[in-house]
Amino acid sequence: MNIVVCLKRVPDTETRVRIDAEGTGIETDGVKYVMSPYDEFALEGALRAREAAGTGEVALVTLGDAASGETLRQGLAMGADRAVLLDGTVTPDGLATAKAIAAEIEGVDAPLVLLGVKAADDDQQQVGPMLAVVLGRPCATGVVEFAVEGAVVRCERETEGGTEVLELPLPAVLTITKGAYEPRYASLKGIMAAKKKPLEQKSAIAVEPGLVVERLELPPDRPPGRVVGEGPEAVPELVRLLREEAKVL
Amino acid sequence: MGDVLAVVEQRGGQPRGVANEVVAAARLVAEGLGGATHALALGGDGLAGAVGSLASYGADRILVGEGAGLARFQPDAHAEVVSRVAGAGYDAVVFCATAQGKDLAPRVAARLGVPLATDVTGIDVTSGGLQVIRPVYAGKAFARVGFRASPALFSIRPNVFPPRQVPGAGEVQSVDASHAEPAARLIEFREAGSGTLDVAEATIVVSGGRGMKDPENWHLLEDLRDAIGDGAGMGASRAVVDAGWRPHAEQVGQTGKTVAPKLYVAVGISGAIQHLAGMRTAGTIVAINKDADAPIFQVADYGVVGDLFEVLPRLTGAIRELKAGG
Repeated sequence: MNIVVCLKRVPDTETRVRIDAEGTGIETDGVKYVMSPYDEFALEGALRAREAAGTGEVALVTLGDAASGETLRQGLAMGADRAVLLDGTVTPDGLATAKAIAAEIEGVDAPLVLLGVKAADDDQQQVGPMLAVVLGRPCATGVVEFAVEGAVVRCERETEGGTEVLELPLPAVLTITKGAYEPRYASLKGIMAAKKKPLEQKSAIAVEPGLVVERLELPPDRPPGRVVGEGPEAVPELVRLLREEAKVL
Repeated sequence: MGDVLAVVEQRGGQPRGVANEVVAAARLVAEGLGGATHALALGGDGLAGAVGSLASYGADRILVGEGAGLARFQPDAHAEVVSRVAGAGYDAVVFCATAQGKDLAPRVAARLGVPLATDVTGIDVTSGGLQVIRPVYAGKAFARVGFRASPALFSIRPNVFPPRQVPGAGEVQSVDASHAEPAARLIEFREAGSGTLDVAEATIVVSGGRGMKDPENWHLLEDLRDAIGDGAGMGASRAVVDAGWRPHAEQVGQTGKTVAPKLYVAVGISGAIQHLAGMRTAGTIVAINKDADAPIFQVADYGVVGDLFEVLPRLTGAIRELKAGG
């Protein structure tokens, strides 16, 4: 059972965002980068599926600059077998990203392609289903747990109002969210082994982005906070303010 | 030219409340571009009789696709029908960034071969073309985004674009609702407790953190939510979701949902940077925390420093009284 996991290198979620001089991106100086947390869930899911199957390889694919190699190494250290770095520019246009990734995956024998449900930087939440359409494969989004059963993959997803169990024929694309797959830590042995695993770097196909960031701004500051009072005695005043000043009750 | 399509959701054969927000956003764009606003709703047989109300919220025409295979949201079936309609000459197509909309919109975009902007909080049609504003890094920054392809597809964040009543009577018209049999098969559906409202759609969010001490104490927050009533939903901090106290669906913040309710009540939440990012665009923020130095108080319009186990029941009681008094 070969599985491809698509990853993205993103600023750590604890990052304080500063706008760069051009006003269209963030200041990257001093920013710590990590594997997008949802992609970690996808990778963990892939590793467990391969362990359950007993055979096959887990391949990582990312679109990004050379620094993304570090994120791929981290994935290899967790247990993936090989990695491909598609050297190219990541834009807000998820379809451009999906096309670049599809060009790589089309030639790979992997019945299952997994991605995080969204990336923790641009939050577009779209590359997975777009990739599925480009590849002509079925897709389930926001999957919390899955199991491969013969020629199908059975997925559980949380929806508004309940839990859905879906069956998709393979090959298929799944986007994974927080659920059953708490990511493992890379062992020292894993980190050492990762240095010897294949990490291929190649140019991404050029796709003209259809979405462009014209300007990036910090959100307006909220007015400084006000403490209404201490303890339950503050409740009548709080309710009065919510009703008369904020008019939300 | 300049026509805009609003793709609206229905549940149980009725348009959802957010449908009017999508129509309002679409109309903003259509007015800027000098075109008409059309709404598209897909569902089971009989839907056409239930969508007329969209006209009074600004839909000049209401397109309805009916079929047994569309009664329940089936991503591929819906995407096929929506793509066919959306690709027929619209300048922009607007979705709602609900769970369903976030699943549907990328499939439509990829089928049409055009990009998509998700979770839009601002629309600008004054500067010559259409630009939208959307949060990135879960709201730590906002990007003004321009489209280099047509139609321009985007989804709006719930609770941001207020519905507008517009006099007029859009006619209801049916569209070709044929679609291929979806490859994905629904095997089972386990309904969650009734009355649960998605935190991203709630107009008032009651949210709990570590300070709640134990998942057993959540009834205190549920009481407050129920006292507030309609439109109130439950949120949670990452810490309590990681601890397994609450489901991930309730998590607010960078690895959860970004929300913009009119009122956000943070109870026992200290306010980590990734949590603040996810709720700082709320209209009014209330914080209840025993630690006066907690960062949550820096963004809270109204803070109460104190023991939440004393403050919460009192607050719930006061709101019940208020509601009872009308």
